[in-house]
Amino acid sequence: MAQKHLVIDPITRIEGHLRIEAIIDENNVVTDAYSSSTMFRGIEEILKGRDPRDCGLLAMRICGVCTGTHYQRSIEAVEHAFGVTIPKNARLVRNLIQGALYLHDHVVHFYHLHALDWVDITEALKANPKATVLEAQKWASLSGQRAWNASEDTYIQVQERVTKYVKQGRLGIFGNAYWGSKGFKLTPEQNLIGLSHYLDALELQRDMAKMMAIFGGKNPHPQSFVVGGVTCVQDIKNPARIAEFKQLLKRSRKFIKEAYLPDVYMAGTMYADEALEGIGGGIGNFMCFGDFNLDDLPFYKSSKLFPAGIVKNRDLSKVYEVDQSKITEDVTHAWYEGTTNLHPYDGVTKPNYTGFGKKENNIAYLDTKNKYSWIKSPLYDDERMEVGPLARMIVGVANKDERISKYVTTFLKNGNLPTTVLFSTVGRTAARAIETELMSDVMMDWVDELASNVAHGDLSTWTEFNFDNVSKDAQGYGMAEAPRGGLGHWVKIKDGKVANYQAVVPSTWNAAPRDYKGRLGAYEASLIGTKVANPDQPLEILRTIHSFDPCIACAVHIIDTNGKELGVYKVDPIGGTSRA
Amino acid sequence: MIDSTQMVKKIFTQKSGRVETNKGEEYYNSLFEKAKSRLKSLRVQPALRDVDIMDVLETEGVNRRDFMKWVSATTATLMLPPMFAPLVAEATELMNRVPVIWIELQDCAGNTEALLRSSAPTVDDLLFDVLSLEFHHALMACAGHDAEHQLDEAMEHFKDKYLLFVEGSIPTGMNGNYGTIGPAGETFQEHLMRLSKDAAAIVAVGTCATFGGVPAAAPNPTKAVGVMDLVRGKPVVNIPACPANPANMVGVVLHYVLTGQIPELDSLLRPKFAFGYRIHDNCERRAHFDAGEFVEEWGDEGAKNNWCLYKVGCKGPMTFNNCSIIRYNEGTNWPIGAGHGCIGCSEPDFWDKYAYQRPMANANIKPPTGGVERTVDEFGLGLLTATAIGIGVHAVASVVANKKSKEEEEK
Repeated sequence: MAQKHLVIDPITRIEGHLRIEAIIDENNVVTDAYSSSTMFRGIEEILKGRDPRDCGLLAMRICGVCTGTHYQRSIEAVEHAFGVTIPKNARLVRNLIQGALYLHDHVVHFYHLHALDWVDITEALKANPKATVLEAQKWASLSGQRAWNASEDTYIQVQERVTKYVKQGRLGIFGNAYWGSKGFKLTPEQNLIGLSHYLDALELQRDMAKMMAIFGGKNPHPQSFVVGGVTCVQDIKNPARIAEFKQLLKRSRKFIKEAYLPDVYMAGTMYADEALEGIGGGIGNFMCFGDFNLDDLPFYKSSKLFPAGIVKNRDLSKVYEVDQSKITEDVTHAWYEGTTNLHPYDGVTKPNYTGFGKKENNIAYLDTKNKYSWIKSPLYDDERMEVGPLARMIVGVANKDERISKYVTTFLKNGNLPTTVLFSTVGRTAARAIETELMSDVMMDWVDELASNVAHGDLSTWTEFNFDNVSKDAQGYGMAEAPRGGLGHWVKIKDGKVANYQAVVPSTWNAAPRDYKGRLGAYEASLIGTKVANPDQPLEILRTIHSFDPCIACAVHIIDTNGKELGVYKVDPIGGTSRA
Repeated sequence: MIDSTQMVKKIFTQKSGRVETNKGEEYYNSLFEKAKSRLKSLRVQPALRDVDIMDVLETEGVNRRDFMKWVSATTATLMLPPMFAPLVAEATELMNRVPVIWIELQDCAGNTEALLRSSAPTVDDLLFDVLSLEFHHALMACAGHDAEHQLDEAMEHFKDKYLLFVEGSIPTGMNGNYGTIGPAGETFQEHLMRLSKDAAAIVAVGTCATFGGVPAAAPNPTKAVGVMDLVRGKPVVNIPACPANPANMVGVVLHYVLTGQIPELDSLLRPKFAFGYRIHDNCERRAHFDAGEFVEEWGDEGAKNNWCLYKVGCKGPMTFNNCSIIRYNEGTNWPIGAGHGCIGCSEPDFWDKYAYQRPMANANIKPPTGGVERTVDEFGLGLLTATAIGIGVHAVASVVANKKSKEEEEK
């Protein structure tokens, strides 16, 4: 039997450093797959000993993409530890910054990181611009929208621009790709729509980043959250500022409804066969931590835009509650010492880098029987989980959340797709689009709520607390949802300093290697059964991996170079260490 | 290996970053002639992309007047007199003669994200028309072996001509194995060395690539360092900040196109055009500093009135950067605008020196010069340039004065 061992490193159009190895059989079907992260930085170790009030600034740098999310989780973990509830304005501002991040992140993901797996740019040049207008109108009309670009001239200009670019011989970052592959299924007109929106989205995403900067100071790496609230008083005081936010939101929302959703209908329909076959479906267990507080009740009591819950084995009839104490991390196949599953508060993390396995013809191969990634394998109640937009939508539907169910049902109805398509690569991509529309709608309400609250004279942005009292011996967690899925930061504080810090992030759940029972991580599981049209051009593998929107720098975090036990500060007190 | 981090620390304790804003007619005339002949020689080079910049801009809805406005602003940002404006405009058209290879090492992609926010030129212009971006991990279409070939091919084709942009620090602990890339599992350090060998110049973008940044924060678990700690015998430009401002990235490329040289650098290899002033020098809240009006606590009356943030930890007086002038996201805002103090992200070791929300005076920080622990005001003497000395003193004195005058009013 002729097997092939594919090595894909670097996986590009992602954040961070990821290697995928896949075994394909004689029919070019993936029979085995391995996911490995090849970089880490040690941020939790760096956080130890610091003032808890400063953690957010540094913890945010776990990721340059969902940067605001880590910022917020870190600050919340400390607020949870201190028992500080933030004022209404702060909640709304944080929701708006986080919401804008969802819009930005999902649009950039679909068009700039994912679309080139669906859209063949070179084919777009063969399209008939007039027919393209009709095609764009067709997909937009499915949800009763007008097409974002319905001008023949616009499509001609896009073609001219890109033709000029292609003609001069060097394709730059678009060079050496899989153009012309049989794996691409769109018509030339559909490709032109995709290409034209790729360019428009480059412009739109700058607007979405501006929304974050209005209340966040800048993007990436905003700088306006503090333990107890937010600092952007003058930006919420100024009605023109809020109006500016709303204006940018309106335009973004228009693009989401007139371009993004129709494009997903289009891609979903053209690739429906694979979706119905369940290609890319993966583990089938979905977990959502819940996020976006809709009222001002303290910690984890507020109602949520995305309800928390777990769905197992694709069974939408039952939802399990999430209990953070059931989360553990396993390192059997990760470059750390130890074999026991431990909760993040008690995790033991000693690096044990064993490198690659064999090396042939200048290609290194992962030592897959043993350790092969810097990412640990998180488990929930000894089960593997997938997190992300698909998990949020599935848990929302299973929870019978009215809003989420409505958006999901409408999407499936408009696209004439059965619910089962959700459990696939296409479904993962669709869920992200559904969520983006929902978010852009609900944010309109939040902006108005903020404007009205301020107009009624509430300018409070911060809750006072006595640091010396609350920071003696405290612990807390910030658990919510990053655009890529469930994200948790756990902090232990002793004598005003961080005694221990841990983050378990979405890509840790999804990009993890096998666990101690040999069960596959979400990326790995999703690749099994995928047919590759041409093994030299593993387009289908990239498409499925990209559907998760990998964010690997986040996923790699914990290390204690001294081999000390992390999180057992009763045994090994670290409080009182000053940062010299 | 020379421990350049130590060297940098030493340099930082000296006077640094003084910019002569006017270097005299003779200097500028000679630079002008040099730039002219440089552009002429670029003009005759075979074009990577033959574009009419106005054509490109017009399709983006930018007219000549808007373009010239951007040109004069950029000329000023580069600290050149207005007579250079036509040359800057020309250089913009010729930017695509300079190929760029962008690599990511021990990073969070924050600088890539910042590049995506570029507004002048916009990112789509940069990608399709202006820059000749040959390799960019986060944006390129191909992956794996094909990406590797793309890189090799670009390196060979543009040998000694490309600008190598490096994002992220380089882990040197455990023989560099904290980061590997490519099918062969090359370490980040080997990767950087291989790619810098044939580069015309290297641009370290963001504080991780310049000074080690986040991973190098104490206790630096992976022994991360910046590009200048490893690369020898090549020009290195540092564009620190977390993330670097895209305007400064474009500025460096434009300057290179314009003159064929990297811009004038300060002692930390930062272009003086961007890092020649302290945040404090051009801060919108400076008047409140001078008037002794300070935010004392988050959300207080001072915060509601946009007073100075020094007492809630602003490090603007110690930080060299142009964000108080150009801001972020098309000038939308900047941290101090959003009511949070500057954390000094363009300075070396800022995670351990500046990135906290208390004033220097209350910080339990030992001066890098060693010796007895001193308060910030004395610490400023050793560490900062002369102007910064009195900041703490002034902050106290002005408040006292202010209080007095209020008391008098009440009387």
